[in-house]
Amino acid sequence: MAELNISERQAGDVTILDMSGKVTIGEGSVALRNTIRRLLGEGKKSILLNLADVGYIDSSGIGELVSSFTAVNKEGGKLKLLSLTQKIQDLLAITKLLTVFDTFDDEGEAVASYE
Amino acid sequence: MAEEHTKISIASRIEEIDAAVTQAVDFAKQKGFSDDAIFGIDMAVREAVANAVKHGNCLDDRKSVDITLSDDSKSLKITIRDYGNGFSVEDVPDPRNPENLLKTDGRGILFMQNFVDVVEWHNHPDGGMYVKMVKNR
Repeated sequence: MAELNISERQAGDVTILDMSGKVTIGEGSVALRNTIRRLLGEGKKSILLNLADVGYIDSSGIGELVSSFTAVNKEGGKLKLLSLTQKIQDLLAITKLLTVFDTFDDEGEAVASYE
Repeated sequence: MAEEHTKISIASRIEEIDAAVTQAVDFAKQKGFSDDAIFGIDMAVREAVANAVKHGNCLDDRKSVDITLSDDSKSLKITIRDYGNGFSVEDVPDPRNPENLLKTDGRGILFMQNFVDVVEWHNHPDGGMYVKMVKNR
């Protein structure tokens, strides 16, 4: 089984990626990178990462979140985060990345924030 | 309680990291560490092994990364050795500084410092570096 599964759905103009598994060095990070690249190639620039079922992320995975954020910004889009587990929230706090990412607990609120 | 040891050795390939971490975590679980402690051990060992594979041994799979774990009544002691050219931890920029926040790497050392009680980097007398970490019970 792949260490990270990503499924995609649309809420208006916002593409929501429901992620489950681990975002760690190797496969998990690469899967996220490839998905973001493909979405940008398709002109989808409002991206919401649903991390509710991501149980584990390492520094490489955090780096991939940052890389995705930067890539989407560069294309004039926005990448935001939804439903962080307490552990991932702690990691983003340790790295001071909570000051960089827009994060939401409620999907409706997150989607509305793109308007 | 008598001290117990285990050794793990992997080739310097990204795909080997997970197996090494799993073995280290299994050892800590057998020794009765709490779930929170296990999470910290997992994070710190993963970051240290990944650094050794990528930056220490530069993904040269002829070079190994050697891990030792020893457990006593007070703590788990972990060493992770590579066979690279070494580095000075003081030279690694703080990833929390505003100018570094959007860098894609450089957070591994910060995680190691956060998730174990002691972390030290040393040059090995026979070459390479080793990281010594301690997780208290």
